[in-house]
Amino acid sequence: MGEGIDRRRLLGLAGAGAAVAGVGALAGAAADRALVHPTPVASTSQLDAPVPFHGEHQAGIVTPAQDRMHFVAFDVRTKKRAELVALLKQWTAAAERMTAGQEAAEGGAVGGIPQAPPADTGEALDLPASGLTLTVGFGGSLFDDRFGLAGSRPAALADLPRFPQDDLDPARSGGDLCIQACANDPQVAVHAVRNLVRLGFGTVAVRWSQLGFGRTSSTSTTQTTPRNLFGFKDGTNNLKAEDPAALAEHVWVSGGDADWMTGGSYLVARRIRMHIEIWDRTSLAEQETIVGRAKGSGAPLGQLQEFDTADFHVNGADGEPVIPVDAHIRLASAESLDGVRMLRRGYNFVDGSDGQGHLDAGLFFLCFVRDPHRQFVPMQQALSTRDVMMEYLEHNGSALFACPPGVRPGGYWGDTLL
Amino acid sequence: MLKLRTAAAIAVPIALVVACSQDKADTPDSGGGPIAVQASDTECAVARTDADAGTITFEVSNKGTKVTEFYLYAEGDRILGEVENIGPGLTRRLIVEVADGGKYTTACKPGMKGDGIRGDFAVNGSAGAAKDADAKLAEATTSYQRYVNSQADALITKTTEFVDAVKAEKVDEAKALFPIARIYWERIEPVAESFGDIDPKIDGREEVIEEGMEFTGFHRLERDLWQDGLQADSSAIADRLLADVTELVGMAKSVELNPLQLANGAKELLDEVATGKITGEEDRYSHTDLYDFRSNVDGSQAAIAALRPVLEERDAALVSTLDERFAAVDTLLETYRSGDGFKLYTELTPDDIKGLAEAVDALGEPLSKVAGVVAG
Repeated sequence: MGEGIDRRRLLGLAGAGAAVAGVGALAGAAADRALVHPTPVASTSQLDAPVPFHGEHQAGIVTPAQDRMHFVAFDVRTKKRAELVALLKQWTAAAERMTAGQEAAEGGAVGGIPQAPPADTGEALDLPASGLTLTVGFGGSLFDDRFGLAGSRPAALADLPRFPQDDLDPARSGGDLCIQACANDPQVAVHAVRNLVRLGFGTVAVRWSQLGFGRTSSTSTTQTTPRNLFGFKDGTNNLKAEDPAALAEHVWVSGGDADWMTGGSYLVARRIRMHIEIWDRTSLAEQETIVGRAKGSGAPLGQLQEFDTADFHVNGADGEPVIPVDAHIRLASAESLDGVRMLRRGYNFVDGSDGQGHLDAGLFFLCFVRDPHRQFVPMQQALSTRDVMMEYLEHNGSALFACPPGVRPGGYWGDTLL
Repeated sequence: MLKLRTAAAIAVPIALVVACSQDKADTPDSGGGPIAVQASDTECAVARTDADAGTITFEVSNKGTKVTEFYLYAEGDRILGEVENIGPGLTRRLIVEVADGGKYTTACKPGMKGDGIRGDFAVNGSAGAAKDADAKLAEATTSYQRYVNSQADALITKTTEFVDAVKAEKVDEAKALFPIARIYWERIEPVAESFGDIDPKIDGREEVIEEGMEFTGFHRLERDLWQDGLQADSSAIADRLLADVTELVGMAKSVELNPLQLANGAKELLDEVATGKITGEEDRYSHTDLYDFRSNVDGSQAAIAALRPVLEERDAALVSTLDERFAAVDTLLETYRSGDGFKLYTELTPDDIKGLAEAVDALGEPLSKVAGVVAG
């Protein structure tokens, strides 16, 4: 099977293969037929199309947020730097293929010998690329004496402080490495993570992983603002791909104490459990007061349209601010935080139920920033101490990763560091 | 014991696919294509009674009134492939890989019982010279067979001691011997599993015993010893265990293994660890799972050791990875030693279990590649 066949073109082939599963010779013949007379490819919608893997920056940051996510954090188990580098190279090769809509390895799912386990797990065989992006990050714990990286740890990658009301579970926090897989088809994202995890056995071990459905941010002006599980539009004021000056100022690293991070970005992940049952018993007026926006339109209180600028200086008849002093959007606003902004890219999650009859639901908050300690930390300090919404929230997972710059053709994830 | 595996599941060279055939695109003929079989209540008409070695396809049409099935047997009624439940009017397909030329037998079984209506079937030539070509592979199987024999002897000895203790109602002694006797069982379990029915009799857990089957064997006695106390029939169960083990050992010593079975056996032993021992499901009353864990890894190592000369020649990097990962598992298991044996599963912390699971995953991946190297 040639390099150029993507999974979609394998559709017909996979069908033929299924009828003769286990009979290698026949499957091979079917493959040849598919090459000579390729089935016409249905026009791929934008959601199906691949996102380029290579570039100045990693994909999956300003890429218009896809609808689904599978995020995984790893502990590195090998003590040999060469094995870590070898894995990053293997991962890069598999990521290049999978983001192009191909199998993790050439002929991976059914093209190998019948006596060996397939090199690709196969569940994405007849699915398009689905906008899959794979984004790698390095946690602070990687920069110890195991791999000689202690001197390369940027100041910006210092551990996050403990915030008031944090209830962090170590089994849902931290990690030496992370991979964020986003796609418009959940099976494509899960397939990518599953195959990368498989390549890593023995070198790395999964520390925790999180599935997300429903993006809670738009990262492009071409996207509408989605709603989080509180039912509110979330991320209206997000940084957008169409504003390169703001991205350069708030998202992409340049200068600083770690050259290897130039063109990269810092990723903060927070698993925020929402006590949605309690929230749902809260009056509409109170919900809107807590958020600071109208639930229907998303307009800031005191304004008309979603994208109207929030005016924190308007007072109501009672002389109190229309957007209360402890409203979520006020505390999180650039105006309250000395101009600090961030690129938010979170996802809703529901991980079944908690055994007490409540949904284990919430927001898997993800943001990309140039310096988490100047951007995320002040915001979270303000929110965790003053935001009334905190009564409905429980932060139970937290991690900070340094996402290196994009990979050039022929390079590999982290080649500026390792 | 993980699940009931039939003989066919481990006999890798016989790739077998049964498919319901609806389309008539490739009509069976008497040429090189699928071989038509017209089955009725009294006849089994096979359109061609010979074929070249390799992939042979039968298309079995049931023209009778009874549900039927179709078999291809090698000598001694060893099943190479079967297609069951062919209802009246239905056509089903049986694809069988037959590697070696020789005499075979076809059979239709109207009503799905009895010896069926039989016919001779000849296979010409040989699909691959792989079988005897490589002397190193032959030596691998001989070497592993010696290992199986030695473990089988010890299995009889230790099972006898265990059974005697149960029958003498020496509960403490029996409890001490339980994990010891199982060492030899767990080391060669994939071989035992290849004999189908006897594995669940010896090692079946309560929940995997099928309807109509009695709960016997090691785990029944484990329940008696640790939970229920010895029962009126414990002594009889002990006798049956020894009889079943003796029968199994007889078969294990005479079975002909091929290199792929060694490779798959090595992997399956790790699968057993990953799904049964790491979870504490195997020895739920005695909690002696780490003994079984150790023994599964021993058995896996033995199979890889037998294949080693071949593997070194074909994929030296894989061998060094396997060495490292086996060593990591060994080192980790040693930390759970307690006296002559191991800590109980209930003494392990969640972190301990996670560490063991990681080590098994790390070993399981490269082990799964061995079969491909042996076959390739």
